[in-house]
Amino acid sequence: MEIKVLKDILSANEQMAGRNRQLLDSQGVFAVNLMSSPGAGKTSLILETIRRLEGKTRIGVIEGDVSSSLDAEAVSKESVPVVQINTGGECHLDANMAYSALSNLPLQDIELLLIENVGNLICPAEFALGEHKKVLVSSIPEGDDKPFKYPLMFHKADVVLINKIDLLPYLKFDTQAFSQAIRGINKKVEIFQISCATGQGVQEWLSWLLNQMRRR
Amino acid sequence: MHELAITQSMFDLVMEQARKAGAKRVGKVNLVIGEMTGVVGDCVQFYFNFISRGTLAEGATLSFMMVPPKAQCQRCDKLFELKEFDWACPFCGSNSLQIVAGKELFVDSIEVE
Repeated sequence: MEIKVLKDILSANEQMAGRNRQLLDSQGVFAVNLMSSPGAGKTSLILETIRRLEGKTRIGVIEGDVSSSLDAEAVSKESVPVVQINTGGECHLDANMAYSALSNLPLQDIELLLIENVGNLICPAEFALGEHKKVLVSSIPEGDDKPFKYPLMFHKADVVLINKIDLLPYLKFDTQAFSQAIRGINKKVEIFQISCATGQGVQEWLSWLLNQMRRR
Repeated sequence: MHELAITQSMFDLVMEQARKAGAKRVGKVNLVIGEMTGVVGDCVQFYFNFISRGTLAEGATLSFMMVPPKAQCQRCDKLFELKEFDWACPFCGSNSLQIVAGKELFVDSIEVE
């Protein structure tokens, strides 16, 4: 006997993500899911964001890594609440892991929650966490062919940050072709060129972030 | 790489439906997978064999209907398969595209006894 199912495989994760979203909304927290390949600069971006928004908004951080707490230690020096999730081999965060991290954060004291996903351009694209916006950090040394290789991630991102833009004179990277490829499959995307090393473009990113928070 | 988590969710869904139907055994699971998801069928089958041991889904075969990525041109409305490294409409050259297929990840049906 054949039974029609027609159900999304990740529907359980979607439901859990919906619950996380409700929890965040009830506490007035705006959450951003930061995704990238390893080494694109997610942690540097978080540190730079914390430093520049000090006194402007209250930030909390969830650090997702397969193992180690190096990133959480770096962030905790900035005196913001941070929770480390070690996925123990899983290549992405899922809504359930995010929920356990949320339970360990003082949400009533947080207005902006930065969630650093595991460095990976494939798996995190599939698993919603309950975030309000998905931000993809891409970087110049990775090459400008990445949208073609990881289309789902670029398709789902609300924002793409082209990080390490200060390296542009030294590497072959066509920012125009890169941006055009992304816009081809993602109409809503915002693209910013930034450098966490020189500070170039970071203000635009922060303005976007604060604007999104105000709009809610 | 994310196949274990996906297989586990899929297995849970299959078991829930099989139990609801009062099935004694699951013989086959028909899956629809968009190629953009990067999910590897052999890998899912491998994990499934492991996870389903000792359950009524043990020994079930998985059938994968892979869906190639398709786009619709936003200028001339034509539908076409999205080729790797070439994201332009083959008819009018526009690179304003709407992805209409290739992101699927669902259980279409199960065959039970």
